[in-house]
Amino acid sequence: MFDNFPLWPARASTAAGNVDALYIFLLIVSGMMTLLIFAALVIFAARYRHRKGVLAEQIEGSIPLEITWSIIPLGVFMVIFAWGAVVYFKERTPPRDASEVYVVAKQWMWKLQHAEGQREINSLHIPVGRDVKLIMTSQDVIHSFFVPAFRQKQDVLPGRYTVTWFHPTKAGTYHLFCAEYCGTQHSGMIGDIVVLEPAQYEAWMNGGNTGPLSATGEKIFAELGCATCHRADTQGRGPTLQGMFGRPVQLQDGRTVTADENYIRESILDPGSKVVSGFKPVMPTFQGLVSEEQLSALVAYVKSMGEGPAMKTNTALAQPTAPTKGNQVQ
Amino acid sequence: MATALAAPVERENYLNKEYGVASWLLTTDHKRIALLYLISITFFFFIGGFFALLIRLELLTPAGDLVQADTYNKLFTMHGQVMVFFFLIPSIPAVLGNFLIPIMIGAKDLAFPRINLLSWYLYIIAGIMMLHCMLTGGVDTGWTFYTPFSTAFSNTKVIEAGLAIFVSGFSSILTGLNFVVTVHRMRAPGMTWSRLPLFVWSHYATSIIQILGTPVIAITLVLVVAERALHLGIFDPKLGGDPLLFQHLFWFYSHPAVYIMILPSMGVISEIIPCFSRKRIFGYHFVALSSLAIAVFGFLVWAHHMFVAGISVYAALIFSLLSYSVAVPSAVKVFNWTATMYKGSIHYDAPMLYAYGFLGLFTMGGLTGLFLAALGIDVHVTDTYFVIAHFHYIMVGGAVMGYLGGLHFWWPKISGKLYPEGWARLAALIVFIGFNLTFFPQFILGYLGMPRRYFQYPGEFQVLNVLSTAGATVLGVGYLLPMIYFLWSMRYGKPAPDNPWKAAGLEWQTQSPPTTFNFEQEPVVTWEAYNYDEIDTGHKEEAHVVG
Repeated sequence: MFDNFPLWPARASTAAGNVDALYIFLLIVSGMMTLLIFAALVIFAARYRHRKGVLAEQIEGSIPLEITWSIIPLGVFMVIFAWGAVVYFKERTPPRDASEVYVVAKQWMWKLQHAEGQREINSLHIPVGRDVKLIMTSQDVIHSFFVPAFRQKQDVLPGRYTVTWFHPTKAGTYHLFCAEYCGTQHSGMIGDIVVLEPAQYEAWMNGGNTGPLSATGEKIFAELGCATCHRADTQGRGPTLQGMFGRPVQLQDGRTVTADENYIRESILDPGSKVVSGFKPVMPTFQGLVSEEQLSALVAYVKSMGEGPAMKTNTALAQPTAPTKGNQVQ
Repeated sequence: MATALAAPVERENYLNKEYGVASWLLTTDHKRIALLYLISITFFFFIGGFFALLIRLELLTPAGDLVQADTYNKLFTMHGQVMVFFFLIPSIPAVLGNFLIPIMIGAKDLAFPRINLLSWYLYIIAGIMMLHCMLTGGVDTGWTFYTPFSTAFSNTKVIEAGLAIFVSGFSSILTGLNFVVTVHRMRAPGMTWSRLPLFVWSHYATSIIQILGTPVIAITLVLVVAERALHLGIFDPKLGGDPLLFQHLFWFYSHPAVYIMILPSMGVISEIIPCFSRKRIFGYHFVALSSLAIAVFGFLVWAHHMFVAGISVYAALIFSLLSYSVAVPSAVKVFNWTATMYKGSIHYDAPMLYAYGFLGLFTMGGLTGLFLAALGIDVHVTDTYFVIAHFHYIMVGGAVMGYLGGLHFWWPKISGKLYPEGWARLAALIVFIGFNLTFFPQFILGYLGMPRRYFQYPGEFQVLNVLSTAGATVLGVGYLLPMIYFLWSMRYGKPAPDNPWKAAGLEWQTQSPPTTFNFEQEPVVTWEAYNYDEIDTGHKEEAHVVG
């Protein structure tokens, strides 16, 4: 009956339940506050309506009452704040071993590359029961990756990576919306999040896989000649990248940064800005020479080096099949 | 004295003292300038309303079929810009505040009458710039001007719109400055700070925000223009800028701007409720100081618009916490207004019905703000129709209800005429019903996940959108009615007595409409604000006169 008139969104991730619980709590609390105020208004309006000869009783105010109705709401607000903060903290902290998908947004399209290999446009296939982390950037304006069924949203900015994640719990096809206004076809920048049962997902992933993204990155790494300086034996002109990802890096100017996705990205596009201690700023910029998709592949490759020789990919993908291009739909 | 006579001829007042276009366009009388503003903002209100109507019509069906996508984007952009900068921000301060503040404090005019006229001219120049921008193609960035879309990608009239809003900002700053100086320097003898009507307190708080906040949006828009026209790298990452910097600067003004819209409305409600309850306001000092608290805390919460924009988790925690701090003084006000009615003697005239409407809608708007300030929920509902519904409950449910309530309350004073009470009550009811029908379904749409600024949408959202559009039609009728009967009353309305509501406050002790200098002689205040006990028991002292 409510197919065309839903009153509650589908609940398809672990976060969705957390958000709904807090939302229901807030509905109850604010419902009670509304009821309290409306009841007072209605009762006073009826009871104290003007009657001839009856004068209003003057009351100046009451400091104990003022304190009461400041402190009690404040207490309730602090509970809401703390609960909201806990939910948010979970929403913003991707688990360490999540599968990664690199997302490039552009007017008016979503391009997604699974670290495991597949590429998609305006759709994302993911399995039930696995943490999925999205590493996102935009080629042009600000977009926002919004999946109502997961209660998850993150703006996607040009010039940097932002991250979001989710843990799907229910198979199905869900809306992907762009939630940050991005121009003419903003409302057309939509897609499908297809949550599959693990077996179906493996079958989908194996159909026309192009090999892991880090392998693509390795090819680009070689083509651009990065390996000339970034050698594995610490004798190169640039720092060794093996084992670097996720570790703190001492910079020339004394600062320490963590070698995360944004740092790798920045070092490729603007190598002079954060030079590793002990090295000279000799690296040329690759701004304009690599596309956002190639950058994603390079980042994935550098990350794979960070994780040691046993490259972390899905075991089912050990033998990539022949590469194909474009949007893969099962 | 002539005032004592029931003369058959109309007494001299600010309206009939002089006639002719020049007597209006060159006036420095705060009351005439208020009327100039009333006419101009009403014009822009109906333009903004027309855009809203087209938006709602487009959203009647899931497909984009009424207008082009680009046209739709321009419609919601210009709806926002016109309503925010050319209607809501000037609305109560520039019309009711301008008219009433000098009279309420017993002054002849504002401190700087010519600057007051200048601020109206700046508003008109800005308005013409905005109209020119709309007529030559319009702008499609959203009223928020987010970069780098506005500086590098939009091919519409961003610079023109930015400069129009830049100019209108100076109008707002000058009005605020005028009010602050007036309240400090022009109060009549005996009008101490704790005898000030709460309407004046709330405008004082509003003026502080206008003076401190508006320059920031002005600078921000100049930077947008500089980046767009001169390719200075400020916000666009391609030029080495930071798009989040824009959002910080924009919301540093635009969040407090919400309080520029709602505080004056709260001031109106603080006048209406005591009058129609025949009571002193409950907790005068708490209501007065909560206005200042809102103005101050309002400057510390801006990044709650950016919880998913890419700010750090810890910044988000702090801004969420601070956002709740601004909710407390708002709640305190609602409790005090409600308590004022306790053991009152309540009359249900039209202004009071609007005040009830305000209380209902503002309460719901405020409470849904608690949802948005809760980080975990904001991630899901930000940039959806939940936000649209929330801020319309505050800015239309709250601010516009208060504005209409104030117009009905002071119309006899402003025009010297009475409007038809029955129609006014009916209009209040229609506005309340129409408003809820328009915006309540949008809360549900938002939680379902319908993003804002969508020209077309999935079919399952249609039923709620149809309800909303139906409500907008009702709401439109509710807004047209007052305009019709106010205009009607100017010609056919019965002459208003000086104090039709038996209200407290100096504005009711002068004639309706007031003379150019408001009072025959400077009043001396010897009573507290809202002395309804003295008025109703007949112990009311008349205004003492000096000399």
